[in-house]
Amino acid sequence: MANLLQIAGLKAFYRDFQALFGVDLYLDAGETVAVIGANGAGKSTLMRSVAGVLSNQPEMVVYKGEPIGALSAPDVMARGIALVPEGRKLFASMTVEENLLIGTYGRKVDGPWTLRGVYELFPILQERRHNPSTALSGGQQQMVAIGRALMSNPQVLLCDELSLGLAPVVIKDIYAAFPRIRATGAAIIIVEQDIGQALAVSDRVYCMMEGRITLTGRPGELDRAQIHAAYFGADQHELG
Amino acid sequence: MNWVDTILQGVLLGGLYALFAAGLSLVFGIMRLVNLAHGDLIVFAAFLILVLVSTLGVNPFLAAAIAAPLMFAIGWLVQFILLNRTLGKDILPPLLVTFGLSIVIQNGLMEGFSADSRRVSAGALETASIPLAGLNIGLMPLLTFASAILVILVLNRLIYSTSIGRAFRATSDDPVTAGLMGIRPERIFAMATGIAMVVVTIAALYLGTRANFDPSAGPSRLIYAFEAVIIGGLGSLWGTLAGGIILGVAQTFGAAINPEWQILAGHIAFLLVLVCKPRGLFPRAID
Repeated sequence: MANLLQIAGLKAFYRDFQALFGVDLYLDAGETVAVIGANGAGKSTLMRSVAGVLSNQPEMVVYKGEPIGALSAPDVMARGIALVPEGRKLFASMTVEENLLIGTYGRKVDGPWTLRGVYELFPILQERRHNPSTALSGGQQQMVAIGRALMSNPQVLLCDELSLGLAPVVIKDIYAAFPRIRATGAAIIIVEQDIGQALAVSDRVYCMMEGRITLTGRPGELDRAQIHAAYFGADQHELG
Repeated sequence: MNWVDTILQGVLLGGLYALFAAGLSLVFGIMRLVNLAHGDLIVFAAFLILVLVSTLGVNPFLAAAIAAPLMFAIGWLVQFILLNRTLGKDILPPLLVTFGLSIVIQNGLMEGFSADSRRVSAGALETASIPLAGLNIGLMPLLTFASAILVILVLNRLIYSTSIGRAFRATSDDPVTAGLMGIRPERIFAMATGIAMVVVTIAALYLGTRANFDPSAGPSRLIYAFEAVIIGGLGSLWGTLAGGIILGVAQTFGAAINPEWQILAGHIAFLLVLVCKPRGLFPRAID
């Protein structure tokens, strides 16, 4: 049985600089997978490649049996893959509600995620729905970014560095929403530097270093030393 | 000098300048593209209306209604095929290409219609006026001003309360993230230029019926449009209307003092605003 999303031998470049060196990763329906790694490991490049911001060879990313590696971001989005981009990237001139509504622009499908559904998930956003998105706290902005992606009722939700720049208590609030997002059936890939939260909500974990997958397994089966080695490299592990 | 009359005529003239400028303002607001061919496109649309009036024998308003979808299609295609290729981090390519477009349109019109100045006849409407408190208000200037208000109301409604308007603003804020939301910036830009060309057609209707025009009349319309946009503040359509009115009032005052001063007075008003408020009167908070 084919996987929902299959990434095979993915190589990505920024001009002459190679950021990914043959990444293999798969995602099954309803699964939550974490991709962890240090800054510069290639995690965001991986997400941008899947979402179509970076163009690749078609077969490097296969979704429901269809090669989508070379498709543009709107085409990928129309097929049901939504990205919560690193740094949130809300539309600054627009209100909270307008930001959420933009999520429905490219993909009009019925599903559990409507304005009401997002407001139930993050009630604070309903209170602030007419505020400019720039007037919100970092955590609230992250909620808008997640809600905006959910509004397209994606089958795959890609989350890039949700915890970036947020206080631990805020990060906990945001991750508390994930069981409810999962319950609607969406498969999720979470990219994180914050290992603790990512491992707690995921079924499987990939560890990345310098553009390669260095370790993969189920969170319960990996011990700290393995993750440490895969995250920072063997040399530093010996030192540490 | 009758002060009230001068101000009133200036305000109404400002409506014409606001119509010249609204399309320019819309396109700049969405894609940061300064279309140097904007004035020539107004003149092009005026010739299109002239041709429709003379071949079909319809009145200018109906001719403009026929020309509007044609101009939309032309704008859409020019943006999609040509101007989208010029957009990027560098602001020079779109300036160069639209400058070239301006020359091409002028020379094309010169080839097709000669350098003679033309006028579209609006019949009895041209001289009709409404008496109001001792003043005579021309019906055409009044219609022009009403059209400007209507155009800006419709554009604002489109931009701030529709799905396509949200896509316009999202693309203006951040085209890459807009792409992640399923928005295709190149189509949004084409749509915006198409809509701007519909406004251009309305501007051309009043340009053609109220004054003479010839193939080289575009650049001076561009200057008025540009000044109205800058006075009002980039990206704000009501600001553009205010800019047009300030320009119009300054010109009629200049003309009332000495007819030679009409154009100069408008430019001086523009410079004064630039000196006092370099970002215009109603700049958008986010640039």
